[in-house]
Amino acid sequence: MNLKMILYTLGNLLKVTAALLLPPIIVSLVYKEFNYILCFAIPLVESLLLGWFLSFKKPKNTTIFAAEGFVIVGLSWILISLFGAMPFMISKTIPNFVDAFFETVSGFTTTGSTVVADVETTFLNAHGVLFWRSFTHWIGGMGVLVFILAFMPNVGETFYIMKAESPGPQVGKLVSKVRLTARILYFIYIGLTILEIIVLVLGRMPFFDSIVLSFGTAGTGGFGIKNDSIAGYNDFCQIVIGAFMMLFGINFNLFYLIIIGKVKQALKSEELAWYLSIITIAVAAITINLSLTTAEAFGTILKNSFFTVSAFITTTGYSNSAFENWPQFSQTILFLLMFVGACAGSTGGGIKVSRIAILVKSSKREIKNLIHPNAISSVRFEGQKVEDSVVRSIKNFFVLYMFLFVGCLLVVSLDKYDFVTNITAVASAINNIGPGLGNIIGSTGNYGGFNIASKLVLIFAMFVGRLEIYPIIIMFNRKAWLNK
Amino acid sequence: MNIVIVGIGKFGKLLTKHLSAENHNIICIDSKQSIIDATVNEFDVMGYVGNGASYQTLVDASVGTYDLLIATTPNDETNILCCLVAKKIGIKQTIARVRNPEYSVQAQMMHGELGISEMLNPDLDTANEIFRIMRFPSALKVETFANGKVDLVEIKLDNKSPLAGISLIKIREKFNLTILVCAVKRGEEVIIPNGDFVLKDGDNVYITGDSQEIEKAFRKFNIYKNKMKNVIIIGGGNISYYLASMLLDSGISVKMIDNNKAKCEEFADAFPKVLVLNGDANNQSLLLKEGLSQADCLVSLTGFDETNIIASTFAKSVNCAKIITKVSNTNYGMVLERIGVDSVVSPVEIFSNNIIRYVRGMQGGESRSTEFKTLYRLIGNKVEAIEFIVDKKTSYTSVPIKDLHIKKNYLLACIIRENRVIIPGGKDTIEPLDSVIIITTNPQLNDVGEILS
Repeated sequence: MNLKMILYTLGNLLKVTAALLLPPIIVSLVYKEFNYILCFAIPLVESLLLGWFLSFKKPKNTTIFAAEGFVIVGLSWILISLFGAMPFMISKTIPNFVDAFFETVSGFTTTGSTVVADVETTFLNAHGVLFWRSFTHWIGGMGVLVFILAFMPNVGETFYIMKAESPGPQVGKLVSKVRLTARILYFIYIGLTILEIIVLVLGRMPFFDSIVLSFGTAGTGGFGIKNDSIAGYNDFCQIVIGAFMMLFGINFNLFYLIIIGKVKQALKSEELAWYLSIITIAVAAITINLSLTTAEAFGTILKNSFFTVSAFITTTGYSNSAFENWPQFSQTILFLLMFVGACAGSTGGGIKVSRIAILVKSSKREIKNLIHPNAISSVRFEGQKVEDSVVRSIKNFFVLYMFLFVGCLLVVSLDKYDFVTNITAVASAINNIGPGLGNIIGSTGNYGGFNIASKLVLIFAMFVGRLEIYPIIIMFNRKAWLNK
Repeated sequence: MNIVIVGIGKFGKLLTKHLSAENHNIICIDSKQSIIDATVNEFDVMGYVGNGASYQTLVDASVGTYDLLIATTPNDETNILCCLVAKKIGIKQTIARVRNPEYSVQAQMMHGELGISEMLNPDLDTANEIFRIMRFPSALKVETFANGKVDLVEIKLDNKSPLAGISLIKIREKFNLTILVCAVKRGEEVIIPNGDFVLKDGDNVYITGDSQEIEKAFRKFNIYKNKMKNVIIIGGGNISYYLASMLLDSGISVKMIDNNKAKCEEFADAFPKVLVLNGDANNQSLLLKEGLSQADCLVSLTGFDETNIIASTFAKSVNCAKIITKVSNTNYGMVLERIGVDSVVSPVEIFSNNIIRYVRGMQGGESRSTEFKTLYRLIGNKVEAIEFIVDKKTSYTSVPIKDLHIKKNYLLACIIRENRVIIPGGKDTIEPLDSVIIITTNPQLNDVGEILS
């Protein structure tokens, strides 16, 4: 384990963290909320000093391998969440440490579950803090280490870090250099975010709201800034947010292909086809189910079901209607969508569409092999053979994911709530969604009532989901540290 | 620059390592998934699985606008085909590794007819390097510049050397030689010395100068050895073919040992004057019987590094005068030095250096004032020796060298003007059409102008 290089990278990360604390200060200045400047300035100075200290001297040996990559990613996310929680505590908006940490981790992992019961009064005249809360989504969406790779000079360029931080079973590069790939991804990300802000402002949403909500959409996070999340905005804005959530759930490589003019190749993507089919089927099923059981206008039902399906499958978690009161069939679909998640290489969480598709195909092959024991066949995805090692690692991922899910559920069920609340709280945390089902944590609920143990377990689940298990597991693995 | 490398074997991998370290955009193409996975994990490059000689693969990998394709599959024909296809889809320049001696002869024709920019034969280049080392048996390494007019030699100082313990200025006064000590390796440290630098016993010293001047220097340093008369070669591969014909041409007698009977017969047919022996290279009594301890030189050239190293170590123990060992695995460097196998040639490194020279030469294009001629990389690639030809008048031509501000870690080692070799002093100038040789520990020099502050 190259400890010096790990510390050096963490030092660089802290310097970036300091830079990221600047925008909320500017927002506070713009809104003349001078009493909130200090709550960003303190962590800024601290992270800058510590970062400067750790990255003072570049180590001679800059080579790092897979194990270091995982550990760097795991430690970085915990570290940045600790510093990111300070503004909430210092500003007294969320004075309790565990709550503030929960809120920040929920932000960076793009979950969007909140402990704040009344967002509107808690953050009244605290635009800077509110901005920071959603800004964590935007940073966490693409990944802060990818940001470092893209824009900071002299960090040992390595593919392992990017691999460990980016979601999806296989991480490909767009171009031959890691740094350039990271930059292209960030430019697409920034471009799409700005586009959403413009469209929302055209839809007569207030400027501050459109920025903050766009951050939440882009990172597929889902912190609302109103108590009723998105429900209070006009239909146009709701549909725009619904559509952009869906866009940010698509593999960014496809946007790159479209930008360089290979539209045909992008549209041929098999994962995209699966993703869009799942959305279409889910929207159709919920719309029919709701039409049969409620008296609302068909247009409203279609809008609400599209918005909610889009919010769940991309793991954003905005809400525009009380989906916890929908019929059981619709709620079950939403629960399943939580686990499907978005496409690999997007900012969304969950198991990822490509993994689900490969799991389905692999199961089909196993059954075929039982009927024809001598048959030789392979799993094919995106027009190519999926190597058996990849299939195996996806199966392993799925099994581990489920074990961790069940383990977290057991701890949370020690708390005082009912089964639906518990199971959807854990599902929501591990898949980085935000809201769950039931009255406590439903569309307008919050996680403030859970006890400390549950909150810590949910924090763990959020990290596991965002970093796709391995960095967190390997960080706690003694053997990885001892090189055994 | 954008570069495609097809075939990631020993050669492709080292190339990928060196070229990606020079910050080029690289796509590696190989037909094996596992090889591509390993390459992409180790280096900052893009990988593509497929047959690099197929039109479809190159189109799918979208390399049509790339600057250079290098084909290094084990198969000559595939490499040539690869370059043809590459040229067709628009890649500007192509390099093929072609080892078969029969194709090498038609290299010139292929250059014109098929549009392959360069055919590199690492075996022939390696044979050339071995032959160069043999000219100065007491040197560990011999490189040449300016079509052989200037040599760069590496010698190791022992405790009997008259050079140990005196400063470089004094060496020039004492021995009255126009040579230049341009780099010194002391332990792990690499130094570009100035005049006050004092040499020590155990240093590896790099000297440049006119060929005759270096011969004179070797006599004065008491390390001159007579011209070789008999050489033993172990292994009957391509390199041995090229080397044997060079040695025979200059009247040196050759013995060749190989354990493959068929190979031996082929070799004997090709070179009736060579004494071909069928036997195991590590059969020590055979080697002694055939006069290893009296031979002027042993060259170990089998396909296995380990066999070569053991044969050379044995030769060392029986005091064979000069030992040259082929070692392809670049990880062995440290070990070799420890056990005293010091004249090492590596076809992989030679090939990779030739390509780097080519790539550096392509960079800069029309705007540069100098032409990139030769590049050697020494001491584990920590030092580069580069020959440029100054094409036209620039800001630094016709200015006395003492008025040029040369940056630290750069050394202007030689100026070659109309077949005259000048070891530059303060009053000398660089003129248009001169060749200049620059030694530096800062790699990636592309132009003479870059050494001035």
